[in-house]
Amino acid sequence: MNRRQALFGLCGLAFAGRGARAVAETGGDAVRIGMTPVFLDDQVGFLGAWRDYLAQALGRPVEFIQRGSYREIVELMRQEKLHFAWLCGYPYVREQRWMRLLVVPVHQGQPLYRSYLIVPARDTATTRIAELRDRVFAFSDPDSNSGYLYPHYQLNRANTSPANFFRRSFFTYSHKKVVEAVALEVAHGGAVDGYVWDTLARTHAELTGRTRVADRSPPFGFPPFVAGPVASPALFRRMQAILLAMHDDGAGAGFLRQLNLDRFALGTPALYADIERMLRAVGQPNV
Amino acid sequence: MLHFRDISFRYKIPLRATVLVLVTATVLTTSLLLREYRDLRRDMLDGSARWSAVLSQTLVAPMLHDDLWRAFEIVRAATSPGGGEQASAITLVDPRLRIYVSTDPARYPILAPLHERGEAAREIASRIDGAAGTASHSVEIADKLYVITPIDADGVRLGHMILEHTSTFMQSRFAGMWLSATLVTLFVLLLILPVSWFWGRRMAEPLVHLADCIGKVGATIPPPGALQFEDSKDELGQVGRAVARMFDELREKEGLEREMLFSERLAAIGRLTGGIAHEINNPLGGMLNAIGTYRKHGASDPELAARTMSLLERGLLQIRDTVSALLVEAKAPSHPLAPQDIEDVHILLKPEAAKKSARLQWNCELPDEIPLPATLVRQVLINLVLNALQAVEAGGTVACDIGLSADGMTMAVRNDGRYIEESRLPYLFEPFVGDGNGKHGLGLWITYQIVTGLGGHISVQSEPGLTVFAVDLPLGMAVEMESAS
Repeated sequence: MNRRQALFGLCGLAFAGRGARAVAETGGDAVRIGMTPVFLDDQVGFLGAWRDYLAQALGRPVEFIQRGSYREIVELMRQEKLHFAWLCGYPYVREQRWMRLLVVPVHQGQPLYRSYLIVPARDTATTRIAELRDRVFAFSDPDSNSGYLYPHYQLNRANTSPANFFRRSFFTYSHKKVVEAVALEVAHGGAVDGYVWDTLARTHAELTGRTRVADRSPPFGFPPFVAGPVASPALFRRMQAILLAMHDDGAGAGFLRQLNLDRFALGTPALYADIERMLRAVGQPNV
Repeated sequence: MLHFRDISFRYKIPLRATVLVLVTATVLTTSLLLREYRDLRRDMLDGSARWSAVLSQTLVAPMLHDDLWRAFEIVRAATSPGGGEQASAITLVDPRLRIYVSTDPARYPILAPLHERGEAAREIASRIDGAAGTASHSVEIADKLYVITPIDADGVRLGHMILEHTSTFMQSRFAGMWLSATLVTLFVLLLILPVSWFWGRRMAEPLVHLADCIGKVGATIPPPGALQFEDSKDELGQVGRAVARMFDELREKEGLEREMLFSERLAAIGRLTGGIAHEINNPLGGMLNAIGTYRKHGASDPELAARTMSLLERGLLQIRDTVSALLVEAKAPSHPLAPQDIEDVHILLKPEAAKKSARLQWNCELPDEIPLPATLVRQVLINLVLNALQAVEAGGTVACDIGLSADGMTMAVRNDGRYIEESRLPYLFEPFVGDGNGKHGLGLWITYQIVTGLGGHISVQSEPGLTVFAVDLPLGMAVEMESAS
């Protein structure tokens, strides 16, 4: 590709992007994808580019919908206002009666991730959540596996609960903010998505550097892409194919690299059996 | 050491102007800055209170929903650099005065009772307890300013927001203001000072010129046109005119004096000539008469011829005496003055005193020979004592003190006789100004000539009952004279 062609290509992309946005604004037949803070969802520029990429691949406008909590996304999906969503394994397990598994991200060669217990870097002693009795603790989202369900399950097994065990606990509704809360020592400990912490360590080392990973959970199924009832089988298949092939073309691989993911893969509900077990043990079908 | 009062006006006026400008600038700047500081402080308090009210409104929802992280994010944004109104820390407390959340969790950990978190926190806790109403109020503790704002929702108190300003924040803003004010002042001074210096010098210049001109008076009188001044109506103009007038008068007076001196001299010459003419005329008349008589009668009368010759001789001798008295000079070589010479004069004059039955007190303290011509000194002493003896009444006293001083020999001749009227004093040492008792009046004139010839000085003081003639003769001068002779 010589320079002139590249220039034309760029111009074409720019116009295509503008066209796609125009369609998206009018609503119409846009594919609506709900995004949650299971990844670093505050990268607006990146999201715009990825959206345009997906729109071009689909041949339809794409809209990313972001909300403050997982629950709002789940509700929108239940109300058939979203076709797809990138959710945590916990709400998927809870709502799998009407949600279909689209694809599962592969991180470091496996469709798995862990929950990290993090403490301020000054705290060099703590190794387990049980050592944080009567301290202030930060959870990410009540619908997050890594940021709430897993630590909750651990406390349950110790015959206690967050409300009784901690002096005070609170939700930040974002993994990144849990890291901030612990880094600023507002909280003495926090539960965070290991994948998010690792990705942050690459891009915001000054923030993660003020925290220390005190404990790591066993691996769980990675937060999946799911489809809601409103997504037609054709759209489901088309979207699945696009995502599964993303790592094969340059632009797609670029987005995956930015997401700190290897690729997308097909997943089975069995991947989330551990989460389901914990959910049952905690005995909270709905928080 | 140089005193300020000794400095020339050329520098004094500009210096004063400079000091005045500096003081004015300092006072003005300081007062303006003080006012600015007050305004700044008030603005800051007002702004802080308003801002606190707004901030507390946004905190209602998170606190009502117990969303700790959201509340934290709001207060953190408010304290982050560039968050507008700079607060160093914001702490939220619940209605039970426990820390809800703080931007400084190390000092104010969550759920800790506020009053346990240090002196300032205890004070604030007591203020919150005592305060009523919904308005925010500020309190200064140590060097920090705290703005306490209640967080209310529908009349229910959810807690309080405590906003902490460090005074350094105020100081840094004030320091910036101070710096810029100082720079502006310095810049203005930079402009004003040369101007004031220039004007000061300009003002001093005429004064300095006047002082220079006046300072010359004594040695000379500045010629017309040397004094230049602006012909204004102010004080300088007045002084200038007065000084110019004074110079004119001085010059006039000097002219008059020169004229007077000249006519005095002429008068003195006239008197001298008259005296000489008179002194010579008298014997001349007698001699011409004698010659006339001889021609008429005495060609054959040897007795008459002898008488005539004798008369002529006496007349000529008198004329010679007169002339030689006028030609005073250090005639004969003389030996140095010794105490014995003075004693000789004493002995010589004792009979004269006895004749007048006057007392003659003699007090000579000359230690030894001194280098002064004895003959001349003796003549001066004789003249003065004879004059004194002549002046005293019978039974009066004439005293004579002779001694040595650092400057040379001193003689003082006192008498308690007739005093010399003041009007005669100026002419006393002129020839032929006798006191009218028949003497030709050359004694004092001769004395004066001898004394001045020896480089000395003679003075007279006279009042009823005491007349003193004092003579000072320097020794060095006399030595020269002697060696010259």
